[in-house]
Amino acid sequence: MKTRTAQAGVAAVALGAMLGAFAIGAPPASAQEDTKAEIERYREMLQDGNPAELTVLRGEGLWKEKRGPKNASLEQCDLGKGPGVVQGAYAELPRYFADVDAVMDAETRIVHCMVELQGFDRAEITKRPFSGSGQRATDIEALAAFVVEESRGVPVNVPQQHPKEVASYQRGERIFHYRGGPYDFSCASCHEGENKRIRLQDLPELTKQEPAQRAFTTWPAYRVSQGALRTMQWRMYDCFRQQRFPEMKFGSEASIDLITYLGVTAKGGKMDSPSIKR
Amino acid sequence: MADPMKIRASAKGDVVDVRVLMAHEMETGQRKDADGNTIPAWYISEVVASLNDKPVLKAHWGPAIAKNPYMQFKIRGGKAGDKVTISWVDNKGDKRTDEAKVS
Repeated sequence: MKTRTAQAGVAAVALGAMLGAFAIGAPPASAQEDTKAEIERYREMLQDGNPAELTVLRGEGLWKEKRGPKNASLEQCDLGKGPGVVQGAYAELPRYFADVDAVMDAETRIVHCMVELQGFDRAEITKRPFSGSGQRATDIEALAAFVVEESRGVPVNVPQQHPKEVASYQRGERIFHYRGGPYDFSCASCHEGENKRIRLQDLPELTKQEPAQRAFTTWPAYRVSQGALRTMQWRMYDCFRQQRFPEMKFGSEASIDLITYLGVTAKGGKMDSPSIKR
Repeated sequence: MADPMKIRASAKGDVVDVRVLMAHEMETGQRKDADGNTIPAWYISEVVASLNDKPVLKAHWGPAIAKNPYMQFKIRGGKAGDKVTISWVDNKGDKRTDEAKVS
């Protein structure tokens, strides 16, 4: 990685300290368990001074600033709890929106508001929805960070009242189990069944409530290894890439359906985002 | 304009613990972009911290400080309700000032 970041520096120091502690400590019962505990400790150390907080502050500024061709702020944006209500909104997304007759997730809805209220060009703002490694967060990422911060501690409650919300969940479940691509992979190949991992990363079993809660409540997150804040749309996009599926379009129905499926499974988990991840 | 910084200040006894997270690229001037051109140095060169507008800390920084710098320090003689102000200036002359109330 070309980009030099503070976080990479912190990671190196933390690793060094970990190795030192490992060498002088009693022999571990299980090397793998020990590594897992140390990774947890490393995450705790990073939580203080999470760079995502800077993105949240910028997002708040963007939310309140009059911008775009219509010179309007996003303060009248309806995230599902009425115009202007941000508090707790993320925990109940994706949901059905009557004005567009469709289910939308947080990021899609933010884009919708940027188009409708501020007059931005949809194609223009969604051309590059995700920032590059170590680069400044995009406006969508910053806004998503702000919106999710306003739901910290709020229990996840993705609604299943409207028929389209139910349909979205059902499609999401089907996509989750759909095998395809050159690897003949599905989301479930990695995320269904106990104790699966890629290298040292434990893979959450996303069909179960507790692991789904941990996943849903901790995205968006600051990714230390990429020096960037990553959103839920990015998480879906990158899982598709890792499966070698066709590129997932930002805000596509498939992406929203998968987020709905995860969100409904994660019901009751307390939002704790933006978090910080390896 | 520079992005806001995150300041947390909490009092314990008469000591205020201040934690600051600043948003800055902190380019060293050593890196090259994809075309092989040197990326110019761009870093915070001076940081000033004040308690109730009285300067308590002044730091001269250089390109060795990492991106999005995190700084933590303690001020003796502060109490809850006091105002902590942090200002920085970078080598391009860009500046930023933010303040927080001690909790």
